[in-house]
Amino acid sequence: MDTSGGGGHKKGPGVKKGKKLSTRVDLTPMVDLGFLLITFFIFTTTMSQPTAMRLFLPKDVQNPDEQNKVKNSAVITLMLGKNDVIYYYEGDSAAALKPTDFKKIRDIVIDKKRRTDAKDFVVVIKPTADATYKNTVNILDEMTIDGIKRYAMVDISPGEYQLIKATEVANGVK
Amino acid sequence: MGRAKLPRKSTNIDMTAMCDVAFLLLSFFILATKFKPPEALSVVTPSSVSTKVAPEKDVVLVTIDKDGKVYLSVSDNNMSEKKDMIDAINTSKNLGLSDAQKNNFVRIPNAYIGASFGQLKSYLDKTPEQLQNVVKPGIPAVDSTNNEMIEWLRVAATAFQGKKMNVVVKGDDASKYPSFQGVIIALKKNDLMKFQVVTSPVPPPLGSELYNMQQQTGTKAVE
Repeated sequence: MDTSGGGGHKKGPGVKKGKKLSTRVDLTPMVDLGFLLITFFIFTTTMSQPTAMRLFLPKDVQNPDEQNKVKNSAVITLMLGKNDVIYYYEGDSAAALKPTDFKKIRDIVIDKKRRTDAKDFVVVIKPTADATYKNTVNILDEMTIDGIKRYAMVDISPGEYQLIKATEVANGVK
Repeated sequence: MGRAKLPRKSTNIDMTAMCDVAFLLLSFFILATKFKPPEALSVVTPSSVSTKVAPEKDVVLVTIDKDGKVYLSVSDNNMSEKKDMIDAINTSKNLGLSDAQKNNFVRIPNAYIGASFGQLKSYLDKTPEQLQNVVKPGIPAVDSTNNEMIEWLRVAATAFQGKKMNVVVKGDDASKYPSFQGVIIALKKNDLMKFQVVTSPVPPPLGSELYNMQQQTGTKAVE
């Protein structure tokens, strides 16, 4: 009686021996995986490097005689308001401010640049308390993108802030 | 006439060697990668066209979080400067900090100050694990009359004398302008006219002045 159980293979003459399996494994998928991971690591390491934007602050000048004088006609003032809105006006006619956004501001600045003498052209940036940090950095970056040599970041005057508030109320901005 | 048949060669290549190379490179890259330490403050930085890599040495980092709270930290390899700073603050403001409390700021990696002078004593009593969970008040900086960043940057400038101090501002997208303005005021008061703003890089938009300029000159560097 056969008590060995299981398959009941009988080894003996005439019975085929089980084929010896090769120990070789196809390594192609493993190589694929290895290179995939390598590419992943290379990409993530270079991407995560943060960059820095250099900023230079001007010295505060108390004496009005030493302050830089700018021609009124060559100035465009950009005021950063709530909800990523930019209010801009040319010269000193703050009452004639117009709202725009970050997409259209490039054309407005470039247009003004074209119309004015390069040596007088100044962009004045006035962020309000409602503007975000992102808005501020974006507008400074915009100056670099548009190749503007002279721009200044100035604190907004209470009068202008009131004007923006009034415009926002009129336009139904909450 | 029968022609001698060329023996057909197998197209299978032994992949073992290639596999070895792949994993060798993989392990090299994993080991060579400097893992970013888990940041205690999560800040989403705005993007800019600047391509200059942010400095890593001798950094005085001013962080503005999404609520507009301001924090200050010093890079970890500047132990002695850190110690000088906390000592100077301790004496000038009569805080009466113990050595253990000072060490808390100096020794802990990524330690940052996020409390006013009045709260500093209890703030530095906490372990880093405890600090993770409590609501940090931030350094008062929004108000120009009570701008404690002025004092902090003053002691930092003194501690870094003779070295090039890199003032780096890292602000969150959503923070409001007044916090940033407070930091600018503090920088100006200390005659620190040069500083850097951490941004994530984006290429200049097609057709813009900068893009055209880069195409002409062939340079990519933007400060």
